[in-house]
Amino acid sequence: MPESTEPLTPRARLAVTAGKAAAAVSRAAGRGSGSVIGGRVALKVDPDLLGRLAGHLDVVLVSATNGKTTTTRLIAEALRAGGEVVSNALGANMPAGITSALAAGAKARFGVLEVDEKYLHAVARDVSPKVIALLNLSRDQLDRAAETRMMADHWRDGLEGSPATVVANCDDPLIVWAASAATNVVWVAAGQEWKDDAWSCPACGGVLQRPDEHWACGDCGFERPTPTWQLSGEKVVDPHGSAWPIRLQLPGRANRANATTATAVAAFFGVPPQTALERMFSVTAVAGRYDVVTHQGRDIRLLLAKNPAGWLETFSLIDPAPSPVILSVNARGADGTDTSWLWDVDYTRLAGHPIAVLGDRKLDLAVRLEVAGLEFTVCEDLGEALRVSPPGRIEAIANYTAFQDLRRIVGN
Amino acid sequence: MSESSLRVVWVYPDLLSTYGDQGNALVVERRARQRGLKVARQDVRSDQPLPTSGDIYLIGGGEDRPQRLAAERLRRDGGLQRAADNGAIIFGVCAGYQILGREFVNDLGRSEPGLGLLDITTVRGDGERCVGDVLADVDERLGLPQLTGFENHQGVTHLGPTARPLARVRLGRGNGIGDGTEGAWRETVLGTYLHGPVLARNPHLADLLIKLALDVNALPPVDDRWYEALRAERIAAATVSPS
Ligand SMILES: [Zn+2]
Repeated sequence: MPESTEPLTPRARLAVTAGKAAAAVSRAAGRGSGSVIGGRVALKVDPDLLGRLAGHLDVVLVSATNGKTTTTRLIAEALRAGGEVVSNALGANMPAGITSALAAGAKARFGVLEVDEKYLHAVARDVSPKVIALLNLSRDQLDRAAETRMMADHWRDGLEGSPATVVANCDDPLIVWAASAATNVVWVAAGQEWKDDAWSCPACGGVLQRPDEHWACGDCGFERPTPTWQLSGEKVVDPHGSAWPIRLQLPGRANRANATTATAVAAFFGVPPQTALERMFSVTAVAGRYDVVTHQGRDIRLLLAKNPAGWLETFSLIDPAPSPVILSVNARGADGTDTSWLWDVDYTRLAGHPIAVLGDRKLDLAVRLEVAGLEFTVCEDLGEALRVSPPGRIEAIANYTAFQDLRRIVGN
Repeated sequence: MSESSLRVVWVYPDLLSTYGDQGNALVVERRARQRGLKVARQDVRSDQPLPTSGDIYLIGGGEDRPQRLAAERLRRDGGLQRAADNGAIIFGVCAGYQILGREFVNDLGRSEPGLGLLDITTVRGDGERCVGDVLADVDERLGLPQLTGFENHQGVTHLGPTARPLARVRLGRGNGIGDGTEGAWRETVLGTYLHGPVLARNPHLADLLIKLALDVNALPPVDDRWYEALRAERIAAATVSPS
């Protein structure tokens, strides 16, 4: 790993230039931001580039099943109090996208990087992060993703002996299993509503006992570590016991949890909680999520929920009944082609809301809602869903490609 | 069958509920209630004893290690075999289907004894995982329309002489031995590779379990509009573009 003062080698500089040229071509061709294609070309010219680009940075890696994009944004905003930040803010979270992001940060002090779960091990090896923030692990895209517990094992192997400080959620047993292999861990009580991927002890296979927020294995003693940071209602409680109010423009408990983790990460680099939290207030919609748009005269809040844990957190933040709800589900490649997960979501939480159903797999949703005993209307398109929805702001909850479809239709 | 209610036991959701398996319990419960039956559903975790007096037992899918743990605990508990001896209806899906058999290959690559309730033996296939939509014609003795569902497994299941195939695939791999068979059944024990909420796509199969439990030939009709719409869509999709 080069020292922070060491300039890029000629080969690395060529790689960055090649990458930027490719990104420019990609942008000119109208293929999005070009960040991913640029990174791919750059990595091809110099496979060690990631490490070289990160050499002068204080790097933070963020990984999770849910909330990594938002948390990356929150951490980046907080750390700007201490210096320039480079970040893959658009969620390009595999090595190529990360390389592109870093290539833009020659003058930065911090690199704040969201990393896809599968690549955490490899990216951490290449960029020598100071901090790794781990939020949660749960089932997602079951037709192709590795099983959740094996992911925790994989992380655990990668963190063994790592000099990085791991900032980890002590309320998720799989996260604790992964993080407890690291030498330096800061435990954050960030909460986790979804519990159905961690009834089985990751250490020994025993059944976890979860009488309240504490959890413990009756067989081997593996248990929830004592946190030094906590989310307590609408406040972050720091290691000294001081409570700092969380003010965000992002809704919901899950985002307060993300802010709590971000505050702990910022504190590691000397940014005080108050400063960090004040800066986080500036974060609004992240890639369209939580955006309120007006379309055909109706206010619609766009909510992305990609997996059962995400749907559960989303239900907890929507306006109370009888606010109208639109649900849209697809099962294209990026969503996972198996819709079984719909049965892991507790839709009875929507009782009392008028529900309109959309998307490629609206009939799967219809059966799911019928069995849940809910009233709903199956609609051909968004226009029809808006017409059948009674007055009031509409909460539109969609999985990945269905969310992109909605954004396109409303011009967001 | 108890006089007061239909007792539905969901076996080990802490270990075997990876693919929306709760859907099967929800569908059975809903369709029984729609027929005016009282339903007592019991979700039994793997550190609790299994009741032996249930009417319908549902056992779902899971990954390799939880499957081994579930088999160990079910063998030790013995409740499912006693329930089967009592004539209970037992329906296993994917990993749960394999556990109902004589043996399967566990996460450690070793042969793991099952419960012996079905005359089947499962080994691990060396080809690609079977992932995708399935369409299958059900054993005519069961009098059911086509099965539609999704499979995601690596198992190769051989049927012994006392197990009958549940169905024959038109699309998909089923038992994975290349003879087109899918699932297995014998008397009141049924198993399938159509994973997760298979009963949501096949409500007639859910009704069959209820009818067997009640020991009746027919149930009052219910509104199957959305089930039928979903079935028609998935069958058409599977027929047009095999995935
Ligand atoms: Zn344990």
